[in-house]
Amino acid sequence: MASPEIVARIKKVFPDFKAQSVCQFYAEEVVLKVESRDFKNTCLILHKILPSPVMMLFACDESKKRGSFVINCVFVDFKNSQWIIVSMDIAQENPFFDTLAKSIHSASLFEREIWEMFGIEPKKNPDLRRLRLHDEVWPKRSYPLRKDFKLTQAENLSDYKFARVEGEGILEVPVGPVHAGIIGPGHFRFSVAGEPIINLELRLGFTHRGVEKLFEDKLYTDVVGLSECVSGDSSFAHSLAFTQASEKISGVTVSAQASILRAIFLELERMYNHVNDIGGIAVDVGFSFPHAYALIIKEAILQLNEKLSGNRYLRKVNVVGGVTQDMDETKKRLLLDSLKGIKYDFNELVQILNSSVSFMDRVDTTGVLRRKTAEDLGVVGLVARASGIPTDLRKYFPGVYNQAKFKMMTQESGDVLARLRVRISEFEESIRLIEVFVSKLAKSGELKVIPGTKGGSALGYVEGWRGPVLYWLETNPAGLIERCKIVGPSFLNWQGLSYAVLGDIIPDFPLCNKSFNLSYSGNDL
Amino acid sequence: MISILKTRILKGVVTRHIDSKLTGQIGLSGNELKSLIKKRFGRSLHIREVDTGSCGACESEIISANNSIYDLQRFGINFVASPRHADCLLVTGPVSKNMLIALKKTYEAMPEPKFVITCGDCALDGGLFKDSYYVCEGVRDILPVALHIPGCPPSPLDIIQVLLTFLRKNTQR
Repeated sequence: MASPEIVARIKKVFPDFKAQSVCQFYAEEVVLKVESRDFKNTCLILHKILPSPVMMLFACDESKKRGSFVINCVFVDFKNSQWIIVSMDIAQENPFFDTLAKSIHSASLFEREIWEMFGIEPKKNPDLRRLRLHDEVWPKRSYPLRKDFKLTQAENLSDYKFARVEGEGILEVPVGPVHAGIIGPGHFRFSVAGEPIINLELRLGFTHRGVEKLFEDKLYTDVVGLSECVSGDSSFAHSLAFTQASEKISGVTVSAQASILRAIFLELERMYNHVNDIGGIAVDVGFSFPHAYALIIKEAILQLNEKLSGNRYLRKVNVVGGVTQDMDETKKRLLLDSLKGIKYDFNELVQILNSSVSFMDRVDTTGVLRRKTAEDLGVVGLVARASGIPTDLRKYFPGVYNQAKFKMMTQESGDVLARLRVRISEFEESIRLIEVFVSKLAKSGELKVIPGTKGGSALGYVEGWRGPVLYWLETNPAGLIERCKIVGPSFLNWQGLSYAVLGDIIPDFPLCNKSFNLSYSGNDL
Repeated sequence: MISILKTRILKGVVTRHIDSKLTGQIGLSGNELKSLIKKRFGRSLHIREVDTGSCGACESEIISANNSIYDLQRFGINFVASPRHADCLLVTGPVSKNMLIALKKTYEAMPEPKFVITCGDCALDGGLFKDSYYVCEGVRDILPVALHIPGCPPSPLDIIQVLLTFLRKNTQR
């Protein structure tokens, strides 16, 4: 078996490294199976040499098959366009593993998740508070993602312990879960000294619906609709990541026509969300005219979506094996014509914002997320790009984006203005991309391939408008899903928000929050 | 400024005339409806929205119903920031166990008379998430629900249409 290059790179730093097995079922996915005593070292080395944050860290319950738990840790190697998955078995009795969180901060949330969902203890992790199963309603020692889980009466309840800041003149401001706007629920606890925020603690999980468990034991061709409802404003990115993973497992190759159509729809989704956020940033400093203007543009894109695909949120377009909607000449014309109008309106909007001194004053240097902080937290996607980290799956795993010479947008300053500017340039880039993609579309082509059902595991990844949407899927030979792990960009980026607001005043919080605009449901699952 | 004025002249009024589409069904113009709402709710109907675990698409459409194109406010229907100001509670999403207490508290905080509307398929009975370990029964088992707006998500036009039809039925009594 030819060992992938990554093994040699690890051996350079860690000469004794020995993998139990090295598999490469798909060109861009390397699975390193290691002994449990080597797991931590391997992860630390990969984190350093790639360098990559922990993109995913999750457990699977394979007690029926192999009598053990499995823990997988996923890293991304941008240089070689590869995903590196480190995997180990854990005994079923008193399961535990050594914490990574003390050395890699981005692993911390994942470990808390593994602890609450599987009861596998990350030894020496100082923070084992539950994220989604709130102590007020969910009993202790009840682990829903275990295969032998049974619903029990809620007893033995306790409270959540917030980190407390103490001292003279420190004031605590609790906000939520029900907020003032038309928005999802989450609890924010600010500690302020005078006006500046000195600590912000987030407590999320209010929209937890047990999505990952709902995927289990279903045929993977049947649950694309469920993936669309994980995060409503990223419906297309989620269903695309899910179908990609399914297609890899079933071994079908999507036609060129379908791949281009998918890219067009993905960019449309990015556009309506970016313009929505640009308007949101404006209204959060009380500048309502551009907000109204932005919502008109958003509505135009949503209506365009409906005309092109039959659904405003691009649902029911993706199926395992391809897409359901083709684009004929009339639709192409409609798309290009609408884009012209949208482009004109968007330029107007940007001009209004740029020429308002008081608006610029509010967004400039507000909510700074430093590059170092962002890297340590493992922040991904748009927020990371605004802090100067060059990370975009469309660039490193281009696929059809190769044909359009995709250009990645980054900013250095990491403040609200930087995130606004990234949105503006990505919106413009999306228009250009769609125009190129439309010119590459054939008159008609094969839209979908009928997939077979197969067993296996694969990773689906898509750069949605917030950042990478990752689906790791495992199925049994009958095509039933054994495990579906979802990591949206919001999961890691919420941490970024709690650092970005430090030193700012509470009235700037809505502004910072909107500039991140993270998903509640995509985080809470 | 000149450019804004130019756009204004070129674009005209973007707000969509909904009456013509609706008259067939509710036989009532926006103005008549406004006066009916005025009679029943004093000045206007105030709605407080609560997300109990929705994916965010329903919220997006509710916000869209308030944009300049659909402009729900012209019928005297407003979305407010506090349950204390609200006549009506609009619930979206399946009820996650974590939101049960918050939902009940929000309802209790509203002054009488009050009623509840559910929006979206999940809010009816849990929808796609019905069988989950973390989803309570539908909203109607927790609070008295007066109206359901179907759809996944319902479009802004759906929302306005169902709301107006309901208000007409209940205000003409």
